[in-house]
Amino acid sequence: MKAERPPLRRREGSPWTGLWAVTLKELADHLTSARMRLLEGLILLTALGTVSAAIQTLRTTVGEDPFLFLRIFTTSQQAGDIDYSFVLFLSFLIPLAAIALGFDAVNGEYNRRTLSRVLSQPIYRDALLAGKFLAGLFTLAITLLALWLLVTGLGIFRLGVIPSGEEVGRGLLFFIATVAYAGIWLALAMLFSVQFRQPATSALAALAVWLFFAVFWPILTGIVAQVVRPADNPFAELAQIQLRLALSRLSPNTLYAEVLLSLLSPETRALGPVLITQLEGAVRGALPLSQSLLLAWPQFTGMIAAVLLLFAGTYVLFQRQEIRA
Amino acid sequence: MTAVIEAVGLIKRYGPVVAVDDLNLTIPSGEVYGLLGPNGSGKTTTILMLLGLTEPTAGQVRVLGNDPSRNPLAVKRQVGYLPDSVGFYDELSARENLRYTAELNGLARDDAETRIDEVLTRMGLRDVSTRRAGAYSRGMRQRLGLADVLLKRPQVAILDEPTMGLDPEGALEFLDMIRGLKADGITVLLASHLLHQVQAVCDRVGLFHQGRIVLEGTVDALSERVLGGAYRIHLEVDGQAQALEGTLSAVPGVVRVMRESPRGYLVEAKSDVRGAVAHRVVTAGGALLSLRLERLGLDEVYARYFQEVRHEG
Ligand SMILES: Nc1ncnc2c1ncn2[C@@H]1O[C@H](COP(=O)(O)OP(=O)(O)OP(=O)(O)O)[C@@H](O)[C@H]1O
Ligand SMILES: [Mg+2]
Repeated sequence: MKAERPPLRRREGSPWTGLWAVTLKELADHLTSARMRLLEGLILLTALGTVSAAIQTLRTTVGEDPFLFLRIFTTSQQAGDIDYSFVLFLSFLIPLAAIALGFDAVNGEYNRRTLSRVLSQPIYRDALLAGKFLAGLFTLAITLLALWLLVTGLGIFRLGVIPSGEEVGRGLLFFIATVAYAGIWLALAMLFSVQFRQPATSALAALAVWLFFAVFWPILTGIVAQVVRPADNPFAELAQIQLRLALSRLSPNTLYAEVLLSLLSPETRALGPVLITQLEGAVRGALPLSQSLLLAWPQFTGMIAAVLLLFAGTYVLFQRQEIRA
Repeated sequence: MTAVIEAVGLIKRYGPVVAVDDLNLTIPSGEVYGLLGPNGSGKTTTILMLLGLTEPTAGQVRVLGNDPSRNPLAVKRQVGYLPDSVGFYDELSARENLRYTAELNGLARDDAETRIDEVLTRMGLRDVSTRRAGAYSRGMRQRLGLADVLLKRPQVAILDEPTMGLDPEGALEFLDMIRGLKADGITVLLASHLLHQVQAVCDRVGLFHQGRIVLEGTVDALSERVLGGAYRIHLEVDGQAQALEGTLSAVPGVVRVMRESPRGYLVEAKSDVRGAVAHRVVTAGGALLSLRLERLGLDEVYARYFQEVRHEG
């Protein structure tokens, strides 16, 4: 499949020619697709379910909690022996939605035999790839924004309180972080859509990666940490915990969870193990927004970096590919 | 006349496979040029290099004065390409498919709609333009493909196997449309292995074999060269019990005589010997029912050429 290439010559003309045409077309496709409607329905139902339950619980504490609004997202309910909350469902559904939007981005064009026709128009491959990525991201952002507004509206009506400026700010950052998290899975799905000719294969590969990080990675980090740093004294125990944490941060799920923790639970003062001595002299209570953001900053940039890295990989792979079906 | 497409020493290798081998090609403005060759001879690869969709391993290409791998946008703005198995977004209507192409070409909305109407009318698809492209028949898809090519008002149209999968009538209609392109002053490069079709529309053909153009010229010139200007005469003779082969073979210039049926003979000759043949039949006491001179076409050139290659190999 790899084509031999002479050294890259300078190309003329903007690589972004046609970007908007591609983005708008793909966006229209996504927004009208049965696939997206299905996902929206799923997200809406779970959101309404978890949020109404959370509001039910929170009504008893109105007036006591300064961050009542953020609790709508994080309060967990029990159903049998399963704890669930809005953010938990979201971190579960977002990868699914992103993969659903991206897994056939490029191989779908191959299989419909539209790729060579589209690329024979005056655009670069860059525009096609970037346009498809942006359209997927916009679709997810639109859905999430609508969801966020819906939940906020529901909160105002059912709880009878207006969210404070800080809560709105935290909510918006939560929205941005979620879009970035979705971007990781979208870029991954698109990478596989370039690599594998069969959409079923690329979907399966993306889901396998997701499953790996959701289920096996936490187990694996525990095992590796135990083997590498056996906990025979308190210091070693701490080292083990730290190693496990470092390893688990290779997973986008951990990064996202930590960002959410610091954004939606303002009382979070540290991500990771905290020693009693470190808490000495610390002020109890919530961190201001800027401090929470600072706390989550490495995780946040980590997510963005993952998106860029995956997209760059997809780009390189796509550039080297023969376009004939 | 200036050269619209020019390739010099063009080579494309896929690992050990040499798909295109030292190709030289010059197509002047306004010409309809046929790339002719068996499967896997490198026609599609050549086309992809002309469009800048594949990087040549070596050699130079100029299309309308631009290098397609350095300045692909300038090339693709003026060159329309109909891929060998053209695909559309099945869930969109024909018009919406064309609209997307128009947007990719950066056409303003009003201009785009005018042009879309124009090309749909020209391809006879105006009445079905709101139908989903997925519901189009093979022939309609092919015409939609040509509409898609014409939308950008190209100076050059590159068509890869444009009549593949069309019924004979559809193919003829499509060839007519290609002739229409020539009338508009569009330079056409046509790849095909269907010889009689290429023959019907092309000013010049290049015969491809294993990545090289082995023969090039007008159809007449090619048959002259490969077949040595052969003439085939079909005869139908009645009232003649004994064979005429001997008599006919004696006619000066006749190379071969074959009996095609109880009444029919085929005479191959170096020159037009119809008169002498008719005379011999009549003097031998036969009733000449019909006599037809066959002008040899590309089919024979092709068959003969590859026969020779096989003999040598
Ligand atoms: N991506 C690729 N990798 C390796 N070999 C390839 C690749 N693409 C084409 N080839 C080889 O290059 C040669 C020329 O192929 P090409 O498609 O240009 O032929 P063609 O004349 O268009 O044939 P057809 O009439 O079947 O369309 C073939 O031998 C083919 O196997
Ligand atoms: Mg081909």
